[in-house]
Parts: sequence; structure tokens; C-alpha cells
Amino acid sequence: MIRLKWSALKQNHWYEYAVRFALGGAATMATGAIAKAYGPVTGGLFLAFPAIFAASATLVESHEKRRKRDKGLQGRMRGRQAAALDAAGATLGSIALAGFGAIIWWLAPALVWWSLLLALVGWSAIAFCLWWLWFRQRGRARLRANF
Amino acid sequence: MGEYLLRFLIGGAAVSAFAVLGDIFRPKSFAGLFSAAPTIALATLSLALAKQGPGYAAIEGRSMIVGGLALWLYSVAACQLMARWRLSALLSTSLALLAWFALAFLGRMLLPEAGG
Repeated sequence: MIRLKWSALKQNHWYEYAVRFALGGAATMATGAIAKAYGPVTGGLFLAFPAIFAASATLVESHEKRRKRDKGLQGRMRGRQAAALDAAGATLGSIALAGFGAIIWWLAPALVWWSLLLALVGWSAIAFCLWWLWFRQRGRARLRANF
Repeated sequence: MGEYLLRFLIGGAAVSAFAVLGDIFRPKSFAGLFSAAPTIALATLSLALAKQGPGYAAIEGRSMIVGGLALWLYSVAACQLMARWRLSALLSTSLALLAWFALAFLGRMLLPEAGG
């Protein structure tokens, strides 16, 4: 089930936080520049650009590899599996992200700032429900495979 | 220049906050949800609402639906490249960008212009 693992924060080096901050900041700056140059229709596409996805997946892979190496194992395959699971979660989150955009499109003209809060609540709800359904389905499939 | 610096700081803070959530949550598949969190969108749409108004933000939101679907295709491609083709995370996520750009630009051609 869902749990918090605070010790995971200790695995990160300071420069990994700095890289993510810089990439996130640069992507937001670039999105603003694209919207200014080509208008909001093109700019809006880049609100869902996978700017830090590569950095995150590489971090997940390298942390998992490091953990396995500490136990005397190679860990290359395990690292890729962990990164693939992270990407599987992102497939569900991205559907919720499209929902976030739809809520803004629908509610921003009437509710202005409240639309942003409602869209965030909507993203969280859609993402959680999709993950829960996926997790249950996966559990049932595993159970069936064992019988 | 000041506006770009503000964008950089807000975007960097939003991305970092969601990345930390992705670090501490388990299982990994749940943590992965935060890789597709609306980080850049929160920063950009806040500034759009403040400066250009709700109409402009709504148009960006409409395009974001297409962007979200492109991100879905990107995530599926990256996941398959790592799980089935056993490619490294960096190579998989880089190759999957082709899928994002292909769907995003196809969507751009189908989207009506602002106000359309």
C-alpha cells in the first residue's frame, strides 16, 4: 500500500536537487518564451512537456543500481525495472494532467484563481483513482497467475 | 528579464516540491504519478492569470489537454523501452521525446487558433 519513505531523501546528493530546480526553472522560462513567440495555443502544449522526466528516471535508475551494488549485486536490470515502474505511474498521471487542462479550459473564464486550485484537486483525484484501479487490477492478475 | 527570473524561481520551486513527493512515496508506481504532476502548468498558469487574464489561461488549458495526451504516449513509450527493450533510462526517455513531439504537433495542427 501507499507509504512514506523519508530515508529516500538521504539518498539524494545536493547537486541532484540543484539539477531538478534548474531544469524545472529553465523549462518554465522556455514555456513562457514559446507562448510569447507563438501564442497560447502552442505554448499550452508545452505545459505538459516532460522537462524533468529524463532526470527523474535516471535518478531512480541510478539510486536502485547503487542500492543493489551496496549488497554486492550488479543491479542494472533492477534499476531499469524501477525506472519503468516510475514511468508506468507517469502514464496514469499524464491522463490526470489532460484532466487538469480541461478543468482550466472549462472553469478559468468564470472562476479565475479558484480554477487553478480546483484543477489541482482534480488532478490529484483523477491520478489517485486511476492508480488505485490499476493497482487493484494488477493484484488480481497476479493472483490469477498463481492459481 | 525580471519576469523570466520570476518564472525560473516559481517553476524551479514547483518542480522541486513535486520531485520530493515522488522521492518519498512508495510504491514506485505511485511515486511515478508525480513525474506527470502539473508543475510547469501551475507556475505558468499563475502568471498567465495574473498578467494576460483568464481567457488566455483557458486557451493554454485547452492545448494542455493535447499536451497531456502526448505525455501519456511519451510515458508509455519510455516504459516499454525500459521494460521490454531493456534500454537505459536516459536513452529511453530521450527516444520517447519523438513520440511527444509527434503527437503534440499533430494536435497543434488540429487545434483551432486562439478565439476559434
